[in-house]
This record gives sequence, structure tokens and C-alpha cells, in this order.
Amino acid sequence: MSVNIKIVDAVKKYGDNTIISDLSLDVKEGEFFTLLGPSGCGKTTLLRMIAGFNSIEGGDFYFNDTRINDMDPAKRNIGMVFQNYAIFPNMTVEKNVAFGLKNRKLPKEEIEKQTDKFLKLMQIDEYRDRMPDRLSGGQQQRVALARALAITPDVLLMDEPLSNLDAKLRVEMRTVIKQIQNTVGITTIYVTHDQEEAMAVSDRIAVMKDGDIQHIGTPKALYQRPTNLFVATFIGRTNVINGELKIKDDNAHLVLPGGYEVLMDTIKKEEMHDQKVVASIRPEELIVSEHNTDGIKATIDDSIFLGLNTHYFVHFEDGEKAEIIQESKIDSIIPKGTKIYLGIKTEKINVFSEDGSRNLVTGVVNDNDVYTK
Amino acid sequence: MTAMKVEKKGIRWDVWKIISISVLVLYGLFLLYPLIKLLLQAVFVDGQFTLEYFNQFLSRNYYLETIVNSFSVSICATLVTLVIGIPLAYFYQMYEIKGKTLLQIIIILCSMSAPFIGAYSWILLLGRNGLITAGLRDLFGIRLPSIYGFNGILLVLSLQLFPLVFLYVSGALKNIDNSLLEAAENMGCSGVKRFFKVVIPLCMPTILAATLLVFMRAFADFGTPLLIGEGYKTFPVIIYNAYFSEAGTNHSFGAAVSVIAIVITAIIFLGQRFINSKFQFTMNALHPIERKKLHGWKNIAVNLYCWIVVMISFAPQIYVMYTSFQKTSGKLFMPGYSLDSYRKAFENMGRAIPNTFLIGGAALIIVIILAVLIAYLVVRRNNFLNKIIDTLSMIPYIIPGSVVGIALVIAFNKQPLVLAGTAIIMIIALVIRRIPYTIRSSVAVLQQIPMSVEEAAISLGASKLSAFFKITVPMMANGILSGAILSWITIITELSTAIILYNLNTITLTLAIYVNVSRGSYGIAAAYATILTCTTIISLLLFMKVSKSKEITF
Repeated sequence: MSVNIKIVDAVKKYGDNTIISDLSLDVKEGEFFTLLGPSGCGKTTLLRMIAGFNSIEGGDFYFNDTRINDMDPAKRNIGMVFQNYAIFPNMTVEKNVAFGLKNRKLPKEEIEKQTDKFLKLMQIDEYRDRMPDRLSGGQQQRVALARALAITPDVLLMDEPLSNLDAKLRVEMRTVIKQIQNTVGITTIYVTHDQEEAMAVSDRIAVMKDGDIQHIGTPKALYQRPTNLFVATFIGRTNVINGELKIKDDNAHLVLPGGYEVLMDTIKKEEMHDQKVVASIRPEELIVSEHNTDGIKATIDDSIFLGLNTHYFVHFEDGEKAEIIQESKIDSIIPKGTKIYLGIKTEKINVFSEDGSRNLVTGVVNDNDVYTK
Repeated sequence: MTAMKVEKKGIRWDVWKIISISVLVLYGLFLLYPLIKLLLQAVFVDGQFTLEYFNQFLSRNYYLETIVNSFSVSICATLVTLVIGIPLAYFYQMYEIKGKTLLQIIIILCSMSAPFIGAYSWILLLGRNGLITAGLRDLFGIRLPSIYGFNGILLVLSLQLFPLVFLYVSGALKNIDNSLLEAAENMGCSGVKRFFKVVIPLCMPTILAATLLVFMRAFADFGTPLLIGEGYKTFPVIIYNAYFSEAGTNHSFGAAVSVIAIVITAIIFLGQRFINSKFQFTMNALHPIERKKLHGWKNIAVNLYCWIVVMISFAPQIYVMYTSFQKTSGKLFMPGYSLDSYRKAFENMGRAIPNTFLIGGAALIIVIILAVLIAYLVVRRNNFLNKIIDTLSMIPYIIPGSVVGIALVIAFNKQPLVLAGTAIIMIIALVIRRIPYTIRSSVAVLQQIPMSVEEAAISLGASKLSAFFKITVPMMANGILSGAILSWITIITELSTAIILYNLNTITLTLAIYVNVSRGSYGIAAAYATILTCTTIISLLLFMKVSKSKEITF
């Protein structure tokens, strides 16, 4: 009973203040779709427009072929999980889960059956008679999810559902959420500002900034081939290094600080001309070498040993700082002050135009391009 | 370290223990002792144990009927206030109402006039020769039903007390997280259905608290039935009459009736607590409800409801103010305007105004100091002694004001401690009446302040007392001050206890109004009432300035 969601040219205004302008979006049936962005980017606003709690100043919202712009929130058949769970404090766990079903005036046995099913699915069966104030954060989260799913909604909306949990529980609950979504197969829109959480749960992610969608794609596409510098820095960690692109004999060379040059065979054809660029090199895309003198010259400032990986903090000759992640080795950690040379995994790194707005490297997949071109 | 220095005889004496004991002594002397004396007076006559006075009360239909009357009028009034007050609070918190700050000030003013002023001015409007009655009769030949008796008491009490429901329920609504309402709507529950299935249950603990408060006030109020009740006698009127009709120093019948009153209110109080225990849950709002703007006929209907209800209950006060500027001749208002009423007011009972400020002010200062100390003991020094103090401090909740008055007279009109007729006894009475409320608000303020701040001060070398006065009290100051202004307003409008204790030297504004109304000097009464209302308005504006908020909660 899942639906696909289509948003065409959505506009949201508060007074004269435009929060979202001409935003379009398609969410496929059964998809786990995440709106990701820094706070104030409009992601929760958009979610609440879909839910019907925010007015829509322009554009069209469709569930399948039904336009829902003016439909009452109660009629949209949406399951919603709120940031603070919004569990009714005056009702037991069971009554909370049954609340939506009772409003549908279903027969009693049906309500009981359905409530039971979701209490068991979310593994909160044993707490069914408890009052919410005697539940832990994780349990409350499960109640909220069970309650939202019990009404067999067409769409599940989740507004930063894990932000009130501690780090360990957050990791546990996101696995639960992903599994349940898979089992139920419901179209889901999830809002978060935590990029790691987004990567962990989503089929596709829309990265938002200032009310605009920057990039829509799979976690892999966003991480490896971000559409612009903002997405590159927002998704995962990266070193932003100024450089130059030089074309010699039809080959593109990236010139980095200290004059180190690498051959780039991933640059798009139309970008093959001399220009200033910004390279985004993730910490794991740098290769430390103590002996080989081919690379960017750098000095180790500090290191952190984290078991699987060791992080190095270095500075280049021009004073710019960078971070490197290496798989920990059995021999000793490179001491502070050591001069090293950094090689680059050229097939992985991204090179952006000087203003950061375009990725010059081939292989960018951005589903948002359909709407902007 | 400080405790070590004063260690004696193996008991650790610290400053707070001394304060605990002092507070206990005060409660013993001014609350328990009078109540015990009251009970003894009721059952011992000339050293002989007797239940004669209880018998006298319980065996006569005339008296029992007053209890039935009191219950029926209080229950009806409570229901009406809930029906008026809950929707008003709901509309006020959910939707944009035109002039909502002014609306709230007026609602609070309605609750803060002395009760009988309402009764008196409704008589002026709807009584036998009232403005509206006469107007309708002369112009259209319509005869209104009589306002005297049950109807009048119900009207006056309902309009007087619904603001309490409004304030309580508004507070509860502010505690509801918006997402709860959205979640309900999301699951197919909206509008009127949501109001009954979600909003009301979420407010239930508060609604029960408001119900108790309104019922207790209605049940204990005697100014209203005395003025407008005529043949319809209620229980508090009997208490008052029993006390004043008894000659000499034998107050036994009054005492017996008082004991019965305490038993009744105690039962109601315990009953409410029992019901309340069924509705225990905690709530806090991260995202309070945002007021929505309504459109079309709904907007008009909601605005009209709010303003009409509020203006009807405020109309009497405006009319009283108006009559204070009318010319008078004896009991009658004459055409034309003058300030004569004010001149006479100052001539006749000029003492009333300074008394109001002196007695009220002294009571207020004592209430604040005691309440802050007790709140601290209860919140921060939770031991056996302080649990007793906590329980004692709840007692005045359930004792009708006139009973407090009678108990104090019985206890302090003879040696060893004669206080009857002094300003001191008035102050004591006001402190007893007001202190439970102030303690409760101080406790709420104190619970917001982490203990660690004070501990930090002590670890930096401050003594316990100076840590309290230099760190905790300043942090509480804003909360204390705003609570104090509300206490002030209730103190200056207090009637039921003061009426038993006052004499010409200790008369206050509220009493002066009452005396003049009962003498038929309506113009002078109106002048006093206007002065009182202005004092209340100024105090309220001060409160808003101090607490930097437009919202008032008790």
C-alpha cells in the first residue's frame, strides 16, 4: 500500500521570508529517503509540509496521483515519528499504540490484533501496561515507531527521531529502524543532520542547504562523487586543498602545494583547460610515505591511535593543515615533527571549480539535476 | 566545618535545624494551638465533655439544609466554571485572540475583586430595581427571573471563579508539547474530537486541581450568599451567624459548626487527592503550542466567545466604578456626578487605606520570609522535622477562612496571650491564609535551582546561611517577587477571616466596602471598591513588569 511521493516546485514562506523556493523531489515507492542538512536548511519544514502541519505557499504535493496540498493532516494516512516521540504521557504503551486504530473505528479484535503485532514487532510487548515515564529513551522510541506503523500508513515520516538518544543507543536504534522499514516496506522520509546516520539508514539522501537541494543520490554517490564542495565537506571529513589544473599534451595535471603534480585521468572533457581549482581529498585518500620523496611535503603535528585506524594531523610547507587516516600498523606510530611526503589516490579524489560549485571529475550522479536543468 | 564548631552533646546543630524548630514552634502556636482550642471549645463546656452542640446542629433540618444548599450551589458553580473556563483557556492558548494581553488582565481582575463586590454590583444591575431589570421592564415589559437566592449565588460565584479554571488550564496547556497534538491529528484525531480525547485527558490533573480549588472557594465563600442569597442560607453564613449570635465569650456552637466545616472540607480534599492519584503522569513541553490564526466565522465565533464571557464578568466592576462618581442621597444614587463619595470615604474610614497597606504589607513580608525558609527546608533538607512542616503547611488549604478567624479569636482572646482586636492577629490570620500558596510557588522556583551552585559556594568558604542568602535567594528573587505581588493582591482582597477579627482600628479597604454595603452606603462602598480595584491593577502591572512576562500563573 506504499505510495510514491512527488513534490513539484514547493514554496514555503514565513511572512515575506522565503524558506524554500521551487523545490522538487520524487521519492520512490518503498524507498528510505533522507533529508540531510545543517540546522536551518529547511529539512524539517519540508517534512512538516508533507505531514500537513505547515502550510504550503506554492507547488504541488502528490501521493501517487492524489494531490494532498489541501488534505487534512488526519486524512493523509501518514505515520509520523516526532523528535521528542510525542508519546501521550497519560496513556499506557498499549493505549498509545492503539490510539490511531481506535480513531479509525476498527472492530475491537482488529485493533487488538494490530496492536499486538506491532508491540511484538518492536519488541515492547512486555512493557504494554507501563506508563511512558517509566520507559527508557530507546523504549519510548520503539513505542513511537510502533504507534506510527500500527495504522498501516502509506508514508512514514521521521523527524530527527534519534537525536535524543545517547550515542550507543543511536547506533542500535538506527539498525532497528532500517530493519523495520525493510520488513514493512513502507515509503519513508527521514530527517536528520547527522550524515553518518543518514548514510547508515538511507536508500537515497537529499543534501539540503538554505532551502535548496544540492545533491540527491545514494550514500555511495554522495560520498565518492559529491556534486559540489559543500556536499563534499558536509558528507564525511575531507581536506580542502587549493591547487591548479594544468593541461599538458591533452592530459590534466593537478598541481598541489609545494609544486607536487599528479596526473588526473578523471577530469571531464569540457573542463580540460587551465584553471584554479579546489581539491577535496579525504583523509584516507592520502598515502603517507617517510622515505619516498615524491609527494606533498608535510610535517606531523600530532597523531591519534584509534585501534583500527591511526589519524595523523600534519601541516604543509605553506602552513595549511590536513588530516590523514591510515590503517594502524604493527610498528610504531610516526613521531611528531617527522617530515613526510604525501601521495594521493588520484582515482578517488574530487576536484572542484575555484568557487566550489562544480565537480570537475566524471562520474557524478545527481538525481536533482532532472529538476534544475 | 561550620557544623563542627557548634557541635554539642552529640547532636549536630546547624542553622537550618534551628530554623526548622522555630518554624515548628510558630506553626504550633498559631495554627495547631488555635485548632485544638477550637475543638476543645466545641466539646467541653464548663469542663464537662459534651456533644450537645454537634447534636444541636445535626438534629435540626434548618442547619442540615444549609449544608445541602452549600453543596448544591458549590457543585453547580464548579461545573459552570469548568464549562466556561476550559474552552476559554483552550481558545486563548490555541488561537490568536484580538487584544489577548488586555483580555488576560481583565480575566485576572475578575478573579481578584472581593467576592461580594460581584454580588453587590449584580444586585445593582439585575436586582429588583437594578439597571438592567428596570430598563427591560420599563422599555419592553420583560420581567427577568429573580437574581436573589440560588440563581444569584450561582451567577456571582461562576463569574468570579472561572478565571481560576482559566489560569490553571492555561498553565496546563502551556505544558502540552505541540507534537502531541500533531501526533493525534496524524492518527486521525482532530478538532473537537481531539479536544475531548487528547487535550482534556492531558489536562486532567490540572482540571482536578482547579475543580478542588473552585469548589473550596465556592463552599467557603460567605460574602456572596450573605448579600444575594436572601432566604437561601449556606453553610458559611451559618458559621458566621453562629459565631456572632452567641453572646459573651461562649463560642461553643460556632466552634462545633467550624469543626464540622473542617471535617467536610477535609473529606473533599482527601477525595480529590484519591481521584488525582489515578491521573499521575509527567509532561514537559519542548515545543509549546503555537497560537494559530483562525479565519472566517470560526475566528469571529472564538473571539466573540472570549470577549463576551470576559466582559460579562467584568461588567459589574465597571458599573461599580461608574457609580462611585455618581451623586448620592442616603442609600440612593442621584442624577449627576460628584466626588462626594470619595470625600466621605476618606472622612468616615480614613484609616482603612493606611491599614490596608500596613497590615497587608506586614503580612506580605512575613509570608515571603517564612515561605522561602520553609520551601528551602522542604526541598533541600528533607528530614523528619521538615516533613512535619510540609504537612502542617498544607493544613490551611482545607480550613475555611471564617474558621481560621474563629479559631484565632478563641485561642487569643484570653490570657496568657491576648491578641484579639489587635493588628497582630489580623496579620497572623493573613499569613496563615496565604502561606500555603506562597510556599508552593517558592518550592517550584527552588526546584529549578541546582543544589550544586550552593555547594560550590560552601566549598569556597561561605557559611551555610550566607550561601543561602548570597547565592540561592538572589537566584530565586525574580520568582519570589512575582509570587509576592500575587500574594499581595489576595491579601488585600481577603474578607472571610478578617471580618471575624477586625475592629474600627484595624479595618481595611475590603472590610470597609463590606461594612458600607451592609449599611447601605453604596456610594462610599463604590468609592472604596474603585480604590481597591486601582490598587489591584497597579499591582498587576507591576507584576508584569517585574516578571517580564505577559503570562500570569499561580
